[in-house]
Amino acid sequence: MHELAEKYLRKEALPLLFCPGCGNGQVLNATVRAIDELKVRDDLAAVSGIGCSSWIPVYLDIDVLHTLHGRALAYAQGLKLSRPDKKVIVFTGDGDCGGIGGNHLIHAARRNIDITVVMINNYIYGMTGGQKAPTTPYRSKTKTSPYGNDENPFDVSKVVMAAGGTYVARWTTNQPVQIQKSIQKAITHKGFSFLEIMTQCPVQTGKYIFKNQDPWETMQWYKDRSATKAEDIEKGSDQFLLGEFVEDVEEEFCERIARERDGLC
Amino acid sequence: MLKIIIDDKYCKGCMICFNACPKDVFKPSDSRSKLGALMPEAKNHEKCIDCKICERLCPEMCISVNKDE
Ligand SMILES: Cc1ncc(C[n+]2csc(CCOP(=O)(O)OP(=O)(O)O)c2C)c(N)n1
Ligand code: SF4
Ligand code: SF4
Ligand code: SF4
Ligand SMILES: [Mg+2]
Repeated sequence: MHELAEKYLRKEALPLLFCPGCGNGQVLNATVRAIDELKVRDDLAAVSGIGCSSWIPVYLDIDVLHTLHGRALAYAQGLKLSRPDKKVIVFTGDGDCGGIGGNHLIHAARRNIDITVVMINNYIYGMTGGQKAPTTPYRSKTKTSPYGNDENPFDVSKVVMAAGGTYVARWTTNQPVQIQKSIQKAITHKGFSFLEIMTQCPVQTGKYIFKNQDPWETMQWYKDRSATKAEDIEKGSDQFLLGEFVEDVEEEFCERIARERDGLC
Repeated sequence: MLKIIIDDKYCKGCMICFNACPKDVFKPSDSRSKLGALMPEAKNHEKCIDCKICERLCPEMCISVNKDE
């Protein structure tokens, strides 16, 4: 076991429940490094909803709330408002965050409340067997779109930017260093931070969307279709942009409440 | 020299380390981890450049690249 896993993971909960090659373990790996580098172990509280990705914080030996499907942000905001001294980080899936929890997401972003959201986008509902998610690409076949998806997918990072998130970034699992640095930045940033990580779900997305269950093949698919410069993205194609999209300074919600309500929060 | 250790208690045999290593340090093998997965074997230790990309990409955090004293 890596020394940082030894230091930060709950050994009694191992092995991870994730399937072989699942990107969730790589996000956990980057998170552990970010916590170690920032030395925030005792200040951090992690919150998650339901889904495979919502199991990421369960293995961290820190304060963790594993809550209800779609409601991680409702719990996280309550926690942050009652304990503004805590740094709150949310782990959530594309279904948990952009589907059932989408309303909590836009309103948390609108408030610019100091929470870090790490959304794991695998284009699908992994845990429940590969159903269509709000992020599933147009025409993709899933368990619940056997003839292909007729809908347009959500670009959840764009939604958060439009709603008022003040730190927004997107990476794929091919960029473990950037993921770590963005988690550090997001935790340090005062305001609503959103990090979208494109991950491989070799079992469900692999089976239905990519027709290839090798985790490395999906990582390569992401590598071939992503770019860090907007001019390298062909309009109307399946390419997508990576990078840090927004880094703004705006008044944070807990601070505003404290100012307006005389130290109430 | 650098020594690459794969913990057979946690390896799930996903072969991401094997695919990601820029120096072909890993090879497929016939040995199974405690979880029953066919594990890669760190073979060419002398080729390792200590980039640690295998450590960072291993979903199980079960690889360590160490200085061999
Ligand atoms: C209220 C409610 N509705 C539906 C479910 C069933 N359910 C569990 S996880 C999940 C989807 C998870 O997808 P996502 O958030 O993308 O996570 P992933 O497993 O892909 O990481 C659903 C629909 C539930 N647990 N609770
Ligand atoms: S079903 Fe997909 S997302 Fe869930 S653990 Fe398995 S590979 Fe990961
Ligand atoms: S990346 Fe980790 S889990 Fe996957 S084969 Fe290599 S050592 Fe095993
Ligand atoms: S540290 Fe780099 S070169 Fe060495 S085994 Fe790992 S990936 Fe290969
Ligand atoms: Mg998902």
